[in-house]
Amino acid sequence: MPEIAINRDWCKGCYICVNVCPRHVLEIDQESFDHGFHPVVVARPEDCTVCRQCELLCPDLAISVSGEEAGGAPAGESHAEPPAPAPRPLPQGWATVPSPLPAGRYFLQGDEACAEGAIAAGCNYYAGYPITPASEIMERICARFAALPGKHVFVQMEDEIASIASCIGAAWAGAKAMTATSGPGISLMLENLGYAIITETPMVIVDVQRAGPSTGQATRPGQGDFMQVRWGAHGDYELIVLSPWSVAEMYTETIRAFNLAERFRVPVILLADEGVGHLRENLTIPPEVRVFNRIGPSDREPPFGGRPVPPMPVFGEGHRLLVTGSTHDEWGYRRTSSAKVQAELTARLCTKITDSLDEIVESETYLCDDDHLDLLLVSFGFTARSALGAARMAREVGYRVGLFRPRTVWPFPAEALRVVAAKSARVLVAEMNRGQMLREVQRVVPDARGFGKTDGEVIAPDEIWDAAKECLR
Amino acid sequence: MTAKTATTASIQKFIRPEVFPSTMCPGCGHGILMGAILRAVDELGLDVRRMLFVSGIGCAGWIPSPHFAADTLHTTHGRPVAFATGAALFNPDLNVVVIGGDGDIAAIGGNHLIHAARRNLDMTVICANNQIYGMTGGQVTPTTDIGTITATTPQGNEEPPFDLCKLVEGAGASFVARYSVYHIRPLIRTLKEALQHKGFAFVEVLSPCPTQWGRRNQFADPVALLERYKTLCVPKDRAEKMSPEELAGKVVVGRFR
Ligand SMILES: Cc1ncc(C[n+]2csc(CCOP(=O)(O)OP(=O)(O)O)c2C)c(N)n1
Repeated sequence: MPEIAINRDWCKGCYICVNVCPRHVLEIDQESFDHGFHPVVVARPEDCTVCRQCELLCPDLAISVSGEEAGGAPAGESHAEPPAPAPRPLPQGWATVPSPLPAGRYFLQGDEACAEGAIAAGCNYYAGYPITPASEIMERICARFAALPGKHVFVQMEDEIASIASCIGAAWAGAKAMTATSGPGISLMLENLGYAIITETPMVIVDVQRAGPSTGQATRPGQGDFMQVRWGAHGDYELIVLSPWSVAEMYTETIRAFNLAERFRVPVILLADEGVGHLRENLTIPPEVRVFNRIGPSDREPPFGGRPVPPMPVFGEGHRLLVTGSTHDEWGYRRTSSAKVQAELTARLCTKITDSLDEIVESETYLCDDDHLDLLLVSFGFTARSALGAARMAREVGYRVGLFRPRTVWPFPAEALRVVAAKSARVLVAEMNRGQMLREVQRVVPDARGFGKTDGEVIAPDEIWDAAKECLR
Repeated sequence: MTAKTATTASIQKFIRPEVFPSTMCPGCGHGILMGAILRAVDELGLDVRRMLFVSGIGCAGWIPSPHFAADTLHTTHGRPVAFATGAALFNPDLNVVVIGGDGDIAAIGGNHLIHAARRNLDMTVICANNQIYGMTGGQVTPTTDIGTITATTPQGNEEPPFDLCKLVEGAGASFVARYSVYHIRPLIRTLKEALQHKGFAFVEVLSPCPTQWGRRNQFADPVALLERYKTLCVPKDRAEKMSPEELAGKVVVGRFR
């Protein structure tokens, strides 16, 4: 006689089973009432023909029928467990590898140097959508990937939402993934940027900024995304944003972006601008590159907790991973009503970055060796080149003017700025926006002044020098 | 050789028992679909460790996550196909399965759906179509029939719905099928074919939502709602012999490509 087992703990009392049984084997027990409904009982097991309708149509996997069914046998445990998939043989942690591009001097565009930096860092997945002034990155990657040995996947997606989404999917399949865009694309990516943050997915996003808002001036430079890349996704989080100011740094900072992404399991944004993206200058490619490869799990370590930066497993290796953008515990189980889990997760997502500022935050000073400065210029990206020119102009006529340049813009190098700003009478921030970094500088130097320009033109050194003269008066 | 039938006992190895009973409502079709997918995997003897289940936000997104003891990627609303694209392209050895609701797959995610179909990416997309936004409280979706009462069509829906199978077929999918969860055996058979298909396989699964759809449309009883598919659905070969008048208000089920 067939045996019909009903799992009372999983049953929710929909009674589909009772009604679909052609032989009326099951009944509702009107006498008892547990779990909030009348339970289902097996009233006439002898009438069961093992058609399995009740079992197959139970939404709760709460019915199990055992016995020979007409025309076939149950699968049971017949499939032997195949051998475990081989874990990836990737090196982990820091490594020195030969440069994919032969060492030497090259004359490249900033966007092209960014693509080369990505390849040098080990980027092997790129998804993007065309947009000025970032498209050259995608075109260079597309051409170079085709000629590189080993697995390199390039795909042009249907939009930027899909681009970042597919990068995250690829990263969990083991890739070092990148996408590049400009302001309109960043706006579209923000929801999934938050997803990459909460799932601790390493990847690189390049923003070659142009003049906005909206479509703005597609071919013109701007630095109006400074705050957007930091605060654009919803919720509380930390992420890393780097700002290159030259073609050489489009190469080196892209490598650094990948290394930081892998090291801290966080999306890293390379905040470039049309100025550096379309600039052409010399670049020296060294014979070797220092790269960091994400740490994989040893034994069964939780992928979302336990350490500030937990080890990252990949799909397809038998880890049975739960990756979710919902609040989750260290094993990835959704815990959407636990105050404790939410508090711990959001805290760790931030402190894994803020407790390691030494490894992340970089800044530079130029012409700041004097004991006392008349004026400190603070500037990032392409504008910092003009600011350095302005400082030199000031020095020619006897003013002690220096430049502070954050190379990591988020987290903002507040401590390093505090040290140089302490010896300067005044601070002036120059940027191609209406005072976005100025606010961050004012948290360190409350009376810092700003020179912002949003006419879609780069700021020239003499413009900054003119603004500096106002400050020095 | 007679086909082996997967049983509730035999698919236990694919689930995380600690998350059961599931969070789905009593009589939810998504639960039937959950079982059907696992039974298909079991009957094919697939190694779940080489499978990746990608889902979006919605009740249907919870079918694999966290119930399946396999790699799962629970993504943002509407984007599971795009996330799956990256994993499938980077690791072609993964058997990638996307599971999402009609809102997830066809409204907010509609663009990703047609582009993945156009690319004929090697993945299976299962759309659990309950013709309603279940998780957010029963609003109209792009697959809701004309006349249906929803939270945002209190006088009855006036917009014509998508035929998802035609949409995806037109976009280039190489495998297209539709069944309801009531057609459980053909559904499991079709899921098995889809999982083995090389290229883009799309399976639309009509799935009853007693709570949000049923209660508003005189079908609060899960049994009546499930059995509604018996008269609503017409198999493809029978439909081919029917006139447009006879087919009005019917849903054709079967393998279309
Ligand atoms: C960008 C975004 N918009 C809206 C939502 C809210 N939301 C969550 S689930 C859902 C709809 C779910 O409906 P469907 O995809 O059909 O799945 P079901 O719950 O019916 O299975 C919506 C709109 C969201 N999570 N993200």
